[in-house]
Amino acid sequence: MVNKVKNTAGKLYLVLILLVLYMPIALLVVSSFNASERNKAIWGGFTISAYKKLIHDETVMDALYTTLILAGGAAFIATVLGTLVCIGMINMKKHSKSFILGVTQIPLLNSDIVTGIALMLLFTRFAELSFATMLVAHVTFIIPYVVLSVQPKVVQMNLSTYEAALDLGASQLYAMWKVMLPEIMPGILSGFLLAFTMSLDDFSVTYFTKAPGIHTMSTMVNAEYRKGIQTEIYALSTIIFVIILFVLFIINRRTEKAARLEAESGVET
Amino acid sequence: MGKLNSRLLAGPYIIWMALFTVIPLCLVVYNAFTNTGGTFTLENVASIFDPVNSKPLWLSFKMSLVVTAVCFLLSFPLAMVLWKYSKNKNSLIVMVFILPMWMNFMLRTLAWRLILLNNGFLNHALVLAGLNPVYLMNTKAAIILGTAYDYFPFMLLPIYNALVKIDKDIINAAKDLGATGFVILKRIILPLSLPGIVSGITMVFVPSISEFVIADMLGGGKVYLIGNVIEQAFNSGYADIHLGSGLSLSLMGIIVISMLVYRFFDKGEEGSGIW
Repeated sequence: MVNKVKNTAGKLYLVLILLVLYMPIALLVVSSFNASERNKAIWGGFTISAYKKLIHDETVMDALYTTLILAGGAAFIATVLGTLVCIGMINMKKHSKSFILGVTQIPLLNSDIVTGIALMLLFTRFAELSFATMLVAHVTFIIPYVVLSVQPKVVQMNLSTYEAALDLGASQLYAMWKVMLPEIMPGILSGFLLAFTMSLDDFSVTYFTKAPGIHTMSTMVNAEYRKGIQTEIYALSTIIFVIILFVLFIINRRTEKAARLEAESGVET
Repeated sequence: MGKLNSRLLAGPYIIWMALFTVIPLCLVVYNAFTNTGGTFTLENVASIFDPVNSKPLWLSFKMSLVVTAVCFLLSFPLAMVLWKYSKNKNSLIVMVFILPMWMNFMLRTLAWRLILLNNGFLNHALVLAGLNPVYLMNTKAAIILGTAYDYFPFMLLPIYNALVKIDKDIINAAKDLGATGFVILKRIILPLSLPGIVSGITMVFVPSISEFVIADMLGGGKVYLIGNVIEQAFNSGYADIHLGSGLSLSLMGIIVISMLVYRFFDKGEEGSGIW
């Protein structure tokens, strides 16, 4: 009886939090179809005009494009550098290892605003702010997430298969590519995904290091939300949300499949 | 046979971090301790004690404590419930709770504007329900609400990840030995999930104390936080990068001190990441 009450309370709590989490997003979606221009809280009829305007809105589309290229590029560079350093740390002495991991903590413990300001001071002193500086800035603050995802996998890795490959005549690079990399791949993938998400979501670092005239989604919203193109932003939000749902669906199907395969072969992780 | 030294693979990373993490921080320190003429001064760093700056700092500190507390109080029970229902670490039900994090942060904040505006969704709903409208826009409450919403997943995930690592046999054993639910929570679940709680609190507190754009969007410039002060020092008509650097350095110091005081209570275990 007590347990039943507890279970219901738990479920109610889940639903309540879900409602609060999704309500703002749902309202963005509803607003994108609302024909009423001045106040989105008043229903003015259904329209898809926001979506038509969105396609022709260069400000918004450029920002979206910049955001994706920036996040993709930065996450790629960060993943390569981060993975390499994790492999490099295998043969290091303890103190050099903890030194590197300590430096890795700096961008994590620094708030975004300080990271952004520090990089801005560097860039404005030695270069012009441009897309390249934005890319460098993004790589810098997302790299720790890659290291933190890959490092545990490298530590867990069984080195004897790698050494066996070397004994059997594989070159070091070949053995790394064929033996080590597949084993730490899950860490690399989640590191990339996390780095990509962090880059997409960033406002502060971009705000301080961006070149005039280039906008990411975040800085574009910040520059435009008081002005007139709100409806297009709502439409874009809806599209982004649908894409996220789709990606989630794919990821979920893949992990479920992997879990099933794992269960069938009886391998424990 | 010309063996490649695998330690060299760390090279690019070390160079990158030196160039783009260590040197920029040195620049902040340099600018913080000099004035426009390039001579040494303590004025910029000490200006944090000027009421113009210390008041926003104190406000930021208090508000981020509230945000962190709200996030913790909401997400710990949630993590417990999720732990009970989910089969593995990546199950769909957990993904559903992280999903909003993938929406752009500014779009999420914009959504809260739609809700909280004086003629927004919330007040329409209240009036429809026959209640009095509430004017939350441009208040501290609005900023706390928006910030807590934005950083909620950063608290939930580490706690949840720490919980799933707990061996359920331990809890069953405790039950068999007659422990009550409260004792199990206090003596087993809380201590074992501590690493997750520590990283969750860090991941919410650090970004929220330096927040400035949520304060802009939901506070309408009426609530002035330390992040706003620093941002103004760099981007307003009265830009002073030395003052801005000095304030940034002080903020960094305060974050580091807070974390040291707080991690003092941590048993030095490996924190569980947010993924």
